[in-house]
Amino acid sequence: MSAVAAAPARARTRLEVRLWLAQRLSAVVLAACIVIHIATIVYAVRGGLSAGEILARTRGNAAWLGFYAVFTAAVAIHASIGLRTIVAETLRWRGRRFDVLALVFAVLVFAAGLRAAIGLYR
Amino acid sequence: MREASRLAQNGEGGSKHVAAAEQQTESLRVKVWRGTQEGGFDAFEVPPSENQTVLDVVTYIQRELDPSLSYRFACRVGMCGSCAMTVNGRPRWTCRTHVSKVTDGREITIEPLRNLPIIKDLAVDMAAFFDKWERAKGSFTPSADAAADFAVVEPTSPKRRAADEAIECIGCAVCYSACDVVAWNPDYLGPAALNRAWTLVNDVRDEGQAERLAAVSGDAGCHACHSHQSCKTYCPKALNPTGAIAGLKRLVAMATLRGEL
Amino acid sequence: MTSAALFDRRSTLRRRAHRGFWAFAIHRISGLALALFLPVHFWALGHAIEGEARLETFLRWTDNPLTKAAEFGLVFLLAAHLAGGVRLLLLEFVGWRDWHQRAVAATLGFAALVGLFFLLNVGA
Repeated sequence: MSAVAAAPARARTRLEVRLWLAQRLSAVVLAACIVIHIATIVYAVRGGLSAGEILARTRGNAAWLGFYAVFTAAVAIHASIGLRTIVAETLRWRGRRFDVLALVFAVLVFAAGLRAAIGLYR
Repeated sequence: MREASRLAQNGEGGSKHVAAAEQQTESLRVKVWRGTQEGGFDAFEVPPSENQTVLDVVTYIQRELDPSLSYRFACRVGMCGSCAMTVNGRPRWTCRTHVSKVTDGREITIEPLRNLPIIKDLAVDMAAFFDKWERAKGSFTPSADAAADFAVVEPTSPKRRAADEAIECIGCAVCYSACDVVAWNPDYLGPAALNRAWTLVNDVRDEGQAERLAAVSGDAGCHACHSHQSCKTYCPKALNPTGAIAGLKRLVAMATLRGEL
Repeated sequence: MTSAALFDRRSTLRRRAHRGFWAFAIHRISGLALALFLPVHFWALGHAIEGEARLETFLRWTDNPLTKAAEFGLVFLLAAHLAGGVRLLLLEFVGWRDWHQRAVAATLGFAALVGLFFLLNVGA
């Protein structure tokens, strides 16, 4: 392969490797977050779920805000990369266009999650 | 124009309700793919025999019933891998597949290997399989001083052990055929090519490691593997390409984090 | 000549009938379901922004057997996806050992128990 043709191919390979790493790293972060999340849910639903109960726990609590911010970021990265793979393999949609779509999905998910986390904090 | 199905001289299909004792003598109903990507199945009745393999069945059909059937074989004793076909959905060496192990209700469906272009009937074009072997840098790159003294390779060293566990591949394409990612991703180099690259990555005499790691990374390389382990499940030599590919993933990740890739 | 197609569904399903593929299928399907559920989840929680009363109204709205069943499904999907993910992380970073298979199966069993525990605790 000529040097001219090799450059974009190498860049694409580097992107795939970095996405693979990001997927595994976010997975480890998510594993920890999810264990905490499920434990919290199982605890919280005892005696029924109420807004007052949830907000009493999260209002003004920077630790919960920080937790949910990290959680949401990891989810945004993990889910968008996962969807990109599924779409590429089942629908054969590949290329820059879909990379951008995956990035947009990640940003939207992060924004929505952060909005919810801030809503619980205020 | 497809020909109508041919049946053996001993008449059309046995009754389903035969006594258990008689089942040993009941003919095998065999469906065989004819044509290329376009075509159809022909049905044959093959008399059973003791220790019959699927290769025996295909050979009987070609010699006694339909000489126009195309298929490949060579050693017929489980060493060369030439006779690989899809038997009842699973890629196998037909010379090492006893009929008694694969029939369901005395019926066998034989198709060519998946993921490779069909030349005719049960024979596929292996070119793409070996091209990907090359693209994965699956060949040895000697060092500059190859003319010097013999290289010392400690057989019990971790690297040599890793290479030896994967080295027995004879390129039969069963794993390539079994792999769903090969079907979903046309550029994917596949389990055999990556497995071979892994043996060379662990070869201390090889000088081509930088190019090899670059060749096996990315969407066409090891990162496309989702560890279905179909390759490991069906490999007739009991190799573990999934494990080899995981090894490549680790090496590429470390090289990337060190900024080498 | 029969009218079956080359590499038809039956052929494909037979080829995929082994543990490794089931593990992948569960992981992918649960991942897809969770990824599709996320926007709904964040939309629901977004009601918190509008104040406690709004969130409370919404939570009451979800207080029915159908929603609870769906929530159980989600908890189970989450745990199933986690089990599959742990299997992959072990395979890729630690290398396969025979006990990993049992470990993952145990995790899945644990996932089912957690889901059940959730269900039993809901509204208790």
